[in-house]
Amino acid sequence: MTTTVPGAPPAEELPIAADRDVVRVRQAMRTFAIAAELSLVEQTKAVTAASELARNTLVHGGGGTVTLEVVSDGRRRGVRATFTDWGAGIADVEQALVDGWSTGTGLGLGLSGSRRLVDAFDIDTVPGKGTTVSMTKWAR
Amino acid sequence: MERVPVLKLGDVLLVSIQFDLEDEVALALQADLADKIVASGARGVLVDISGLEIVDSFIGRVFADIAATASVLDAETVVVGMRPAVAITLVDLGLSLGSVRTALNVEKGLRILRRDLGLRAAEDLDAISSGASAPDATG
Repeated sequence: MTTTVPGAPPAEELPIAADRDVVRVRQAMRTFAIAAELSLVEQTKAVTAASELARNTLVHGGGGTVTLEVVSDGRRRGVRATFTDWGAGIADVEQALVDGWSTGTGLGLGLSGSRRLVDAFDIDTVPGKGTTVSMTKWAR
Repeated sequence: MERVPVLKLGDVLLVSIQFDLEDEVALALQADLADKIVASGARGVLVDISGLEIVDSFIGRVFADIAATASVLDAETVVVGMRPAVAITLVDLGLSLGSVRTALNVEKGLRILRRDLGLRAAEDLDAISSGASAPDATG
């Protein structure tokens, strides 16, 4: 269970519709990760995971949005990013999480690699309707 | 679109990435480097990424592709200046930079190029950095 954090920046929703939006998501994620008091390595992992997921949203989901927020479980702070698209969805989530599996021209590390960089990772997908991927990184 | 400048120093092309790269800018850099290797006959490419706060799978693949393209064009690539947090993250991400050679900084990267290829620019720059290139009045 998580709650919002007093004094932290309010949740922010950003569009993901073009290359430059992926860069904006990285920059915004950095700001939120610093607000959540993540260490430099944790920030770098969170920003890298957000970059992978933002590109997935753009390339595989046909664009969408991300919502960034600082969260707390009562003991520690963290940063959460929720990516939503209205694309084709993922037919086989387990297969999509295998290293090297790709429907595009990428390396197939977007989902599997970003999952390794964060503490919590959830995929909610409906074929033909779209996909929501949520990631959380806690400050140690 | 912004472009990453490519400097020519003797036989070496020097690229210093100082801002967060959009995917298209990274792909343009790959194409620019291939053109400039052919146009200049450069034998070495040094890519300084000390200004990069993250390397994700896309930009990592671009580095591997730059090195592979340069190799086909008879030039060696060294990527230098990776931040420690970026290195730790790359390992977790599962990204191998393939055959891309790396060095801690520009000076060490130039030394690798000099050793392997006997490059003029690398020798000159190394001499400059060690202060040995200034004309000596006493001969």
